[in-house]
Amino acid sequence: MLLEQADPVLNPNFEPEVLWFALSPLLVLVGGALLLLVVGALTPKWPKGLSAFVSASTAGTAGVLAIVNWDDISDRGPQTLVAGALAFDKFAMWATIVITVSVILVSLLTDDFIRDTPNDGPEVYALYLVAAAGGIVMASANDLIVLFLGLETLSLALYVLAASNRRNDPSAESGLKYFVLGGFASAFFLYGIALVYGGTGSTNIGEMVVAIGNTTAGDNDAIVLAGIALLLVGLAFKVAAAPFHIWAPDVYQGAPSPVTAFMASAGKAAAFGAVTRVLVSGLPSFRDDWQPIIVVLAVMSLVAGAVLSVVQTNVKRMLAYSSVSHAGFLLVGVEAAARTAGDPVPGLGISSVQLYSLLYAVLVIGSFGVVTVVAGDRDASLTSFNGLAKRKPLLAVAFTIFLLAQAGVPFTSGFIAKFGVIRAGVNEESYALAIIAMVTAVITAFVYLRIMLSMWLREADEDAPAVTVPFSAGVAIAIAATFTIAAGLYPTPLIDLTDTIQLVR
Amino acid sequence: MIAAEAATAGAAAFPLLSALIFVPMIGAVAILLTTKSRPEFAKLIGLLASVMTGALTIYMLKEFDQGDAGFQFVSQQDWIERWGIGWHLGVDGISLFLVVLTGILFPLAIVGVDPHHGEKPYLAWLLMLEAGVMGSFLSLDLFLFFIFFEIVLVPMYFLIGGWGYEDREYAATKFYLYTFLGSAFMFVALIATAFIASDGLGGVTFDLVEIAENGNIATTTARWLFFGFAVAFAVKVPIFPLHTWLPDAHTQAPTAGSVVLAGVMLKLGTYGFLRFGLYLFPEAAVWSRALWLTLAVIGIIYGAIAATMQKDLKRLVAYSSIAHLGFVVLGTFAFTSQAITGSVIQMVNHGVSTGALFLFVGWIYERRKTRQIAELNGLQKVAPIFAAGFMVVMLSSIGVPGLNGFIGEYLILLGSFQTARWWTVVATAGVILAALYLLWAYQRVFHGDPDEANQSFPELKVKEGLVLLPFLVAIVFTGVYPKPLLDRIEPSVDRLVAHVAENSDVETDPSYTTQRGEFENEHGEESEGEESHGDEEGEG
Repeated sequence: MLLEQADPVLNPNFEPEVLWFALSPLLVLVGGALLLLVVGALTPKWPKGLSAFVSASTAGTAGVLAIVNWDDISDRGPQTLVAGALAFDKFAMWATIVITVSVILVSLLTDDFIRDTPNDGPEVYALYLVAAAGGIVMASANDLIVLFLGLETLSLALYVLAASNRRNDPSAESGLKYFVLGGFASAFFLYGIALVYGGTGSTNIGEMVVAIGNTTAGDNDAIVLAGIALLLVGLAFKVAAAPFHIWAPDVYQGAPSPVTAFMASAGKAAAFGAVTRVLVSGLPSFRDDWQPIIVVLAVMSLVAGAVLSVVQTNVKRMLAYSSVSHAGFLLVGVEAAARTAGDPVPGLGISSVQLYSLLYAVLVIGSFGVVTVVAGDRDASLTSFNGLAKRKPLLAVAFTIFLLAQAGVPFTSGFIAKFGVIRAGVNEESYALAIIAMVTAVITAFVYLRIMLSMWLREADEDAPAVTVPFSAGVAIAIAATFTIAAGLYPTPLIDLTDTIQLVR
Repeated sequence: MIAAEAATAGAAAFPLLSALIFVPMIGAVAILLTTKSRPEFAKLIGLLASVMTGALTIYMLKEFDQGDAGFQFVSQQDWIERWGIGWHLGVDGISLFLVVLTGILFPLAIVGVDPHHGEKPYLAWLLMLEAGVMGSFLSLDLFLFFIFFEIVLVPMYFLIGGWGYEDREYAATKFYLYTFLGSAFMFVALIATAFIASDGLGGVTFDLVEIAENGNIATTTARWLFFGFAVAFAVKVPIFPLHTWLPDAHTQAPTAGSVVLAGVMLKLGTYGFLRFGLYLFPEAAVWSRALWLTLAVIGIIYGAIAATMQKDLKRLVAYSSIAHLGFVVLGTFAFTSQAITGSVIQMVNHGVSTGALFLFVGWIYERRKTRQIAELNGLQKVAPIFAAGFMVVMLSSIGVPGLNGFIGEYLILLGSFQTARWWTVVATAGVILAALYLLWAYQRVFHGDPDEANQSFPELKVKEGLVLLPFLVAIVFTGVYPKPLLDRIEPSVDRLVAHVAENSDVETDPSYTTQRGEFENEHGEESEGEESHGDEEGEG
């Protein structure tokens, strides 16, 4: 559609209709980023905390606009925007909300972390907003090229963010590693797009589906299948699914903790948005081909994430491997969605993935928030958490809540998230996958117990640096902890909302 | 008459069962909000909340309609509607006494032993544990049951880890992971149950009664699902060979933790078998009974032999739990009304007698700072009342006639003999072994002349005596006059046995589905059993 209508020869006066309000969350984020960069560069030093405030309130505005748009979609139904380049559906709006919530919480965390360091300034926040815009484009793209643009916008911002602690070698290493490997993965993804285009004659998801439906079976299958394989490599890298997860622990460990929180929350939500768009929405007729690959990725992520997290001694690395295992859980939901991809009645998969990504985003930001506060710039070794319960009881309680939630203990949001994806999987009769997921959850529970053990039962070292909880970080952690418990006790509203999520193409 | 009616109406309106869960939960939160400078507030709130819960359970016991086999005090609310999950609570004869036991055991455990540090979090965890255990016993919704079943791990983990003995970190972690692993299978199985049963129910529901009564699950599927549930329960009971967490957890837990762990938490497993195993998947339970009976009998013998070998008094009691719970499992899978009634009674009895034994061991440790049998001797000479109390509790644990332990074991063996003859024959040997290891331990610890270290062993304190009193009353009362218990348990058990018989090909002879009158009479079950059955129906 995009290509035909925009073809200047056929239709010289063509101008795609633009629903500006539907795009408003994106525009607000980009506007906020520009404001921070341009005004920040032209005016003298800003008062402390103002950049973080601008970033958080921009994201907040975008989030509110997304909620308004959500209602519009409820009333008028979903559609595509900008000549079919973007999907305007509840899936996209939910991803927008997840990503903006992440930006708000991460901005609060970042404020004190970089204050009074040479890294302070509006740049980091501008990058958050740009990355958020990229992530939203990924999750709402209805065209593979547009999706790639979003992916690169997000990734480039994340590369810089990972290296943003300029005086710190691990941070630079983390940025470089992520850049090199990420660029490699992007190349795979791009080649995948090219092959799928070769097989279907379009990069627009709607047209792809039509084209695949029209061709007689087997015509261009080989090319499309090769394309799917390459697309999967790129996507699996972005979601940090094993065996494409190797970058995650190093990058998570080296990057400044708030940035790690951002990668694990917004980055993951965006990447799973892209997975859903490309596979479930774009390639449903090949679902029998890529669904087994999802199973393999899920099992490998669950097992690798769980087993490798056990041997870590650094809390950030533990959480990095645990995020690999969480990617495995999300893939269980994707696998469920795969089995009903393209069916008139969507299964439970997509809504369970979206519910998971919101709940996980909040609790992973909380977890890395505590790491930010406790370890600061230093190495987040397990021993640095010793005796935290005595030193900072409330912080220890909050971290315990997050860890229990990551383990999937009832009355926390993590349990609801796990219940959702396992429920979706079981409904599609993926019993083996569900059992593997739950058994590996037991292994990861050991890791969370280890951290709790050192917080509650070990004594702190004599020379342990004092832990102070800065106000804004404290607010972020408190919000995340409250949400984690509240969503665990009464998840009904969130479930009601995610159950109405649908995809349009 | 009118007053009585008004009282029942009031009872129906008041959400009694929800209160049983929320009172301790609110108590726990309230304790966390007290200030550190006034530790007595924490203690006061802890006592108040637990005593109030205990009082509520006794009120429930009083209001319980003993003729009714169904669920009473039912409370049903929507919770997560879209997922078919509801807040559905109810109590019947099977869970009644376990709930009462929970309500009474917690205040006693709180009063009975003081933690040596950090009283505030200790009490908060205990109350949270109580809320979780109550919730597990009262839930009639698969999802609800699972979350309570799971949540009890967290307070127990912290109780063992924070207030336990030398190896507490290892024991706590092992306990958590072991039980969590079992639950992993149940988690998948219960979701699958809800979905598979939904075909005939007009929508997905996690409601236990709905699925059990109207759900139609294919035979082979039900067997798989049953095993998913059974793994979780088998770990919790624990059934041999999944028992290895238990000796560590029991031994390393603080005294109150051991009391609660042995007293009520192990029953989550055996109760789970009755409520979610037999009730949901009767055919699968019958189909796999040989496996469970065999494992139960191995557990009885193994637990007893292992207990005999122990050098640590607390470990000995822990292993004796494995043997005792083996009897419960044996009775459960005998599928006769007598045996299952015996199992329910045995669950309560084990809670009472083993709970009291752990209290004694805790008191011995407080006095002597050791639990090694070899280091204790002649305590009877220096502390005769202490020894007498221990003796009564121990005899109850052995199952001496006239005390509560006898009733349960006797009913189990009698009921099982009819349907699982050879297993019962072997299990009976376990009764003798129980006498061996407990009497031998008693002999070594209490008899003889005390050596120097044991010379100054303090006598039972008044507070300890008061804590012990309810245990002794329960032990003697149940032993001498079990009728009030049997009257309340039997109707529900009969209903369960009938449900199993209806939905499977178990050869349940209706003549022994009720067996009240001829309790003292081992012979002539046939004729008198029929009469008794007739009476039951007449009453109903």
